[in-house]
Amino acid sequence: MITMDLLAIDLAYGLEKLLLIGGIITVSLIVAMYTTYAERKVAAWMQDRRGPNRAGPFGLLQPVADGLKLFFKEEIIPLTSNKTLFVLGPALAMVTAMLTSAVIPWGSSIHIFGRDVSLQIADVNIGILYVFGVVSMGVYGIMIGGWSSNNKFSLIAAVRGASQIISYELAMGLSLIALLMMTGSLSLKTIVQQQMEGGWNIIYQPLGFLIFLICVFAECNRTPFDLPEAENELNFGYHQEYSSMKLGLYLFSEYVNMFISSAVVSTLFFGGYDIPFVDEAALSLSLGANTVALLGFGALFTKILFFLFLFIWVRWTIPRFRYDQLMDLGWKKLIPLALANMLITALVILWLNK
Amino acid sequence: MASLTNRAKVLEQKPMSFMERLYLPAIFKGMAITFAHMFKKKATINYPEEKRPFSPVFRGLHVLNRDEEGRENCTACGLCAVACPAEAITMEAAERKTSEEHLYREEKYAAKYEINMLRCIFCGLCEEACPKDAIYMSETFAPSNFTRKGFIYSKDELLIPNPVNDKEKYDIAKGMREAQLKNK
Repeated sequence: MITMDLLAIDLAYGLEKLLLIGGIITVSLIVAMYTTYAERKVAAWMQDRRGPNRAGPFGLLQPVADGLKLFFKEEIIPLTSNKTLFVLGPALAMVTAMLTSAVIPWGSSIHIFGRDVSLQIADVNIGILYVFGVVSMGVYGIMIGGWSSNNKFSLIAAVRGASQIISYELAMGLSLIALLMMTGSLSLKTIVQQQMEGGWNIIYQPLGFLIFLICVFAECNRTPFDLPEAENELNFGYHQEYSSMKLGLYLFSEYVNMFISSAVVSTLFFGGYDIPFVDEAALSLSLGANTVALLGFGALFTKILFFLFLFIWVRWTIPRFRYDQLMDLGWKKLIPLALANMLITALVILWLNK
Repeated sequence: MASLTNRAKVLEQKPMSFMERLYLPAIFKGMAITFAHMFKKKATINYPEEKRPFSPVFRGLHVLNRDEEGRENCTACGLCAVACPAEAITMEAAERKTSEEHLYREEKYAAKYEINMLRCIFCGLCEEACPKDAIYMSETFAPSNFTRKGFIYSKDELLIPNPVNDKEKYDIAKGMREAQLKNK
C-alpha cells in the first residue's frame, strides 16, 4: 500500500502541499511576529500604559523594526563555545517549533481547480504522537544552546529548562491519554471530526484540559514557568551568549511555539475548525463547501487568538514559580491528578459500554 | 513581656486551606484584576504631542526681562548672584553710553550675564532678590545638550524677545504663562 501511495503522488499534489506548507509557515511567522506586538501592547494596557505606538499607525510596524534591529546587530560567537552546536541550537529551536504545524488540521478541505485540497499538510494517523515527538525535540534547542555557549548561567538555565520540559511532558501525556481513550484515535483530523458531531472535548475532559493547559504553559517556557529565561536569576537564560538574529530565532521560536500550542489546544479540546452552534453540513449546502471551510479556518483562528491572549494575560498577571515549587507541582500534583483523571475516564467508559 | 503599645498584631500562620492550596481561584481573581485594568484610563500621555501643563508656581529656565520699550531691566547690581546658593550666576557690569539708551533702562547694565544651568538648583531666590524685576523663571526646563559648556546660558539665550521689533515672539513668550494661568 505504501508504495502505491508513493506512486500516486503527482506533480499537482506536490505543488498543493508545497503551497500549503509555504502558506502555513508564512501565517505562523506573521502571527508570531504580531504576538510580540500584542504581548507588549497587552502588557502595557494591563499596566495602564499605552504600549508601542510610534512605528507606523498604532505602532503596527514595531515588530518589523525589532526584527530589523536584530538583523543589524553584531553576530558574536564566543571564542570558547562549540561553534557548530552554537549555530545549530537556535536553528533547531526554530525548526522544531515550526514542525508541529504539519499535522494540525487548519480547516476541512477546499474544492479548487477540480481537486479536493485538504487544509492539513499531513493527516498522519499518529498525529498526537508526532506532536509529542517534535515537542520533545524542542528540548534540544534549549539544551544545545545552553551547553555550547560554555557559560555557567546558560548551562544552569538549559538544565533547568530541559528538566522542566521533560517533567511536564509526563503530565501532559498522561492528561491526553484520557482524551485518547475517548476518541480512540490519534489522528487530529479524526478528533476534530468527532468533536463536530459529539460536542467539544472540553465538556467531557475539563480536568484533562486544565492539566494539559498548565503543561503547555510549562512547555512553552511561559510565565509562571519561565525559569529557563529568568532574567533576574540567570541574567538571560540559555540564550545569554547569543546575539543578533540567532537570539532573534530563540525569542521568535518561543512565539511560534505559543502559536502552535494554541492551535493544538484548540484542536484537541475546542473543536478545531468546528464553528460553534452551527451544523457545517447544512451550512455548506447553502453557502458552498469552500466558504464553510474558510469560515472553519476563521473559527480555528479565533480560538488560537484567544489562547494567545490567554498566554499573554497569564504572563502579565502572575509571578514566576520557584524551582522546587515547579517540580512539586509537576510531579506531585499534576501527574497524580492526570492519573486519577485517566482512571476515572477509563471507569466511565467501561461503565457506559457494559 | 508587656508590649509598649497595644498596636502589635499577632501574626497568624495557619496552614493554607484547600481552596488556597489550589491556587487557581486566586489566579483567576488576579486575572480578573489585570483584565479590568485594560479598560482603565491610561496613566501615560503621548508626550511630544501632548504635554502636561506645568503648575503656575513651577520654577523653570530663567528669563531676563525687558520693559515695554524693549530695554533690558537688569542693572547688574549682583543681588541675584549673591542670593544664589549654588553660585550659578556670574555677571560683568558696564556703563551705558548715550547712544545705548534704547537698549538698557538704567545707566548701568550687564555686559555679560551667565547662568550655569548645571549648577542652578532652580530655587527661585534670584527671582526674589531682583529689585528691578529683571529676572524671573519661566515654565520650561533646560533642554539636553552635548557639552557642559552648552549648559552655561549667556544673555543671548536668557533674554526675552524684544517687544518692539520682535513682537510676535515676545507675545508667545509672555503668552505661554498667561494662557496657562487662564487654564487653571
